[in-house]
Amino acid sequence: MTMEVSRNNGTLEIKEIDPFLAELLRQIPESGNPRAIPAAERRLFSSPANPETEKEICAEWKLYVEPELRRIFETATETVQGDLRQLNGNEKPFANCALRIPLGNSEAWLNALNRARLALAAEFSFTEEELSDHYRSPIGSRRDLGLFQVNFYGFLQEFILREMECSTQPASPNESTPPNE
Amino acid sequence: MSSFTGAIESPTITEETKTREARDLPWQVVVHNDPVNLMSYVTMVFQKVFGYPKQKAEMHMLEVHRQGRSILWHGVRERGELFVQQLHGYLLLATIERTE
Repeated sequence: MTMEVSRNNGTLEIKEIDPFLAELLRQIPESGNPRAIPAAERRLFSSPANPETEKEICAEWKLYVEPELRRIFETATETVQGDLRQLNGNEKPFANCALRIPLGNSEAWLNALNRARLALAAEFSFTEEELSDHYRSPIGSRRDLGLFQVNFYGFLQEFILREMECSTQPASPNESTPPNE
Repeated sequence: MSSFTGAIESPTITEETKTREARDLPWQVVVHNDPVNLMSYVTMVFQKVFGYPKQKAEMHMLEVHRQGRSILWHGVRERGELFVQQLHGYLLLATIERTE
């Protein structure tokens, strides 16, 4: 499994993505929209207050806030789906491919990746120990694949976060000004 | 044509009512630990939502990680609910609670 990640002119580039990782990337939107999995739904739309003592807050939240959250999540999913279409243009089915993510889409990607990770973790009830075991192998079951997805999406999140931070930091004096003569 | 010459009587205050703000003051926004959310992601969210500098955001993130929860904000209920809404938009486990 291979790929290369870098930043180039305001774009995050993921190159040399092998077919397996490309397929996992394609699954991000679906993994983050687990309407048929109650545990994942409960995690993505968790309670804003103690439901026993704050019934009014929880009822208003269900009515007014939850639909707005769903709309925010759907918008992020659509952005990610748009970027993922780049993976569909390869004429050779088993060739490595590339993905370019505009920095302006970073927040949508972080949101979609986070939803996918949370939903998968809720679906398979991963323990904290399992989530910390980044080198577990081989992948022998759907559950193992789910854990691999959580870690792979986490790696992408870290990469995007790092590049977002770099893009907001001012360039060092050595980079932005010519040397004194 | 009649003219009004009588004086308006001063209203009698029979019950002292607190302002909405005073009644709503004792609320807090709490973020709870979650083994899935990345530490760097949680720090970024605290910076964005509360405008905290990175050092303060990291301090709260570590408090969540080590103690299971951190109180991020105190104030009126409406504002607290807005913060919780933003935090849920970032998928953090956040609640609004009455301050004890």
